[in-house]
Amino acid sequence: MSAPVLSVRNLRTHFFTRAGVVKAVDGVSFDLSAGEIMGLVGESGSGKTVTGFSLLGLIDEPGRIVEGSIKLNGVELTSLPDAELRARRGKDISMIFQDPIATLNPMLTIGQQMKLAIDAHERLGKRAAEARAAELLTQVGIPSAVARLRSYPHEFSGGMRQRVAIAIALLHRPAVIVADEPTTALDVSIQAQILFQMRDLANETGTALIWISHDLAVVSSLAKKLAVMYAGRIVEQGPTAALLRDPRHPYTAGLIASLPAMATPGTPLVQIPGTTPSLLSLPTGCPFAPRCELATSDCNTEPEITFVGDRGWRCFHPVSHARELTT
Amino acid sequence: MSAFLTVDDVSRVFGPNLNTGEKIAARLGAQVETRSVRAVSDVSLTVSKGETLGLVGESGCGKSTLGRLMAGILAPTSGTVLIDGAPVMVNGVKATTRVQTVFQDPFASLDPRMKVGDTVSEGPIAHGLTTRAQAKAYVAGWFEKVGLDPGWTDRFPHQFSGGQRQRVAIARALAMQPDMLICDEPVASLDVSIQAQIINLFLELTRDLELTTVFISHDLSVVQHVSDRVAVMYLGRIVEVGPVAQVFNNPAHPYTDALFGSVPKLVLDADELVHFDTITGEVPSPLAPPSGCYFHPRCPLATPVCSSDVPCMQSLPDMRTVACHHFKEQFAKSFGKAG
Ligand SMILES: Nc1ncnc2c1ncn2[C@@H]1O[C@H](COP(=O)(O)OP(=O)(O)O)[C@@H](O)[C@H]1O
Ligand SMILES: Nc1ncnc2c1ncn2[C@@H]1O[C@H](COP(=O)(O)OP(=O)(O)O)[C@@H](O)[C@H]1O
Ligand SMILES: [Mg+2]
Ligand SMILES: [Mg+2]
Repeated sequence: MSAPVLSVRNLRTHFFTRAGVVKAVDGVSFDLSAGEIMGLVGESGSGKTVTGFSLLGLIDEPGRIVEGSIKLNGVELTSLPDAELRARRGKDISMIFQDPIATLNPMLTIGQQMKLAIDAHERLGKRAAEARAAELLTQVGIPSAVARLRSYPHEFSGGMRQRVAIAIALLHRPAVIVADEPTTALDVSIQAQILFQMRDLANETGTALIWISHDLAVVSSLAKKLAVMYAGRIVEQGPTAALLRDPRHPYTAGLIASLPAMATPGTPLVQIPGTTPSLLSLPTGCPFAPRCELATSDCNTEPEITFVGDRGWRCFHPVSHARELTT
Repeated sequence: MSAFLTVDDVSRVFGPNLNTGEKIAARLGAQVETRSVRAVSDVSLTVSKGETLGLVGESGCGKSTLGRLMAGILAPTSGTVLIDGAPVMVNGVKATTRVQTVFQDPFASLDPRMKVGDTVSEGPIAHGLTTRAQAKAYVAGWFEKVGLDPGWTDRFPHQFSGGQRQRVAIARALAMQPDMLICDEPVASLDVSIQAQIINLFLELTRDLELTTVFISHDLSVVQHVSDRVAVMYLGRIVEVGPVAQVFNNPAHPYTDALFGSVPKLVLDADELVHFDTITGEVPSPLAPPSGCYFHPRCPLATPVCSSDVPCMQSLPDMRTVACHHFKEQFAKSFGKAG
């Protein structure tokens, strides 16, 4: 294995709000190699977006990275001055959001926006910039790219706008792209086209991808590597197929078992009891314990992540086989 | 089984809704959208007593519009909707309490300033299903039925989680003692673990109360799980209807086949490089739908007849209907795939 392009260790990002400290990210570690795709899954509020923002240095007041290390191509990002971080953002690491409207300026043509994005990090003549922009639009599957450079965002469909956002993220061939639920708002037929293309692009360009999603099926068809978040922590991580086939953390096992695809039509689904806890009033110890059938008094202490080979889980009583939970 | 809900040749057109300024601008030749959308186009359907009909299709294909037409809360431009032989709407006003609705976003559909108990009892009191004096006990009963603490009737919507709010919305619909529920994306905004809880509640209630249901969702695995039959829509038209197992396993319409082929499945084999059967292109604008079969520009089986003639609904021997000139070839293809 080559050295990882991105190496995250024990990342903790907290928000110091009036109501208390929100520990949105509280123990995230992983490595990512060139061209690798990692799925980051979890329910809403589990800290996926805040993890992505932390990697890009986009955490604002009242939030702060309170602990941990983020190394991009060997450079520690958490201690970089703002100006240097800005110089890397969009160039070495970039982000795609669920709603491309948030990143596209409605007043500028796609061509103008792509030129600005290029200018931010590179001196390219007008011609050359246009050629680069058109090439990327073509690569992400936008037909008649040269003509479309003169279009405004509102002239594109939702799917096409997301392709433009992807093209912009790819402009400087970054080492890492964080994609935050980029296909969640799109229809399945468009989602399938984009998933297909992203997989090829990561493969061809060597860009590593973090694909944030709440949809296990989407992630399983795209990412070779998977991390599952719960209450700010990665509770389980490892190779996607093995993890889904044989989950170790009771939360992961419950999540998979609760999918309609796992049940006979019309029969009750396996359900995880209770709701996700408020980050302001987390129980001491394992945050999943109150919902966990396997919890014992051991779980009043927070488990560290245990690695066995390339699989890791944060649990004292790992499930030995998924089937045990479904019966 | 006989039809309980009958949708007979129903269409709904939405006009461009221009204000005066826009109308003048359009007259003067400005770029103002003056075309109308045929959101639901010549739809005929029946739902049998006690059955759950799933309604699927990509966004903008007319699922919500059809749902509102079936619930009697939106007037059709033409055609009629009957529940147990009686029209759901008379002179543009909802004419029955026998059909009730549950929507995607329970927060938007619950009044934030009203105690949830009052929200739930409002309709039943107005329709004489309970009295003001008995309302509290009446609501508590429905709360229990949907898995909410009956002591919570004095709370406000913001004091509930998303899943609990959806339970309140279900209680409100059920408190009207309907025979039929129209559920429009009822679990779409919920997390997976909460989704399972609501789906289980839904399965239990439809069985216990013998409800007839239309379940609208863009999530095909959810629809497959809860429905007896499923209808597939494309640009306002129904392209295929039939028993869930048949439609999912052997689609008779090329669009059904393509739609189901694009849904990512849980991949459990590390060496499998997933192949997506992607549909080429995008859904055309509903403002200017293609001629003939709406799907023909994206259809792998299209021939000249598909761009000239609208295919009519044909009944197949296995209880399904399909609108396609080439359903026999599609059939052969999907059976080939399955075998
Ligand atoms: N600016 C902020 N101030 C306070 N809390 C925040 C802020 N941003 C995010 N959070 C909290 O951090 C937690 C994780 O959020 P997020 O990363 O957006 O979750 P996800 O993307 O997994 O749905 C949530 O509880 C959220 O309320
Ligand atoms: N009130 C309305 N006014 C104008 N157009 C509408 C209205 N409601 C829906 N439409 C249009 O009708 C079509 C079908 O919409 P809808 O029934 O919401 O689809 P779905 O629920 O399948 O996403 C879309 O093109 C939509 O823009
Ligand atoms: Mg998020
Ligand atoms: Mg809708």
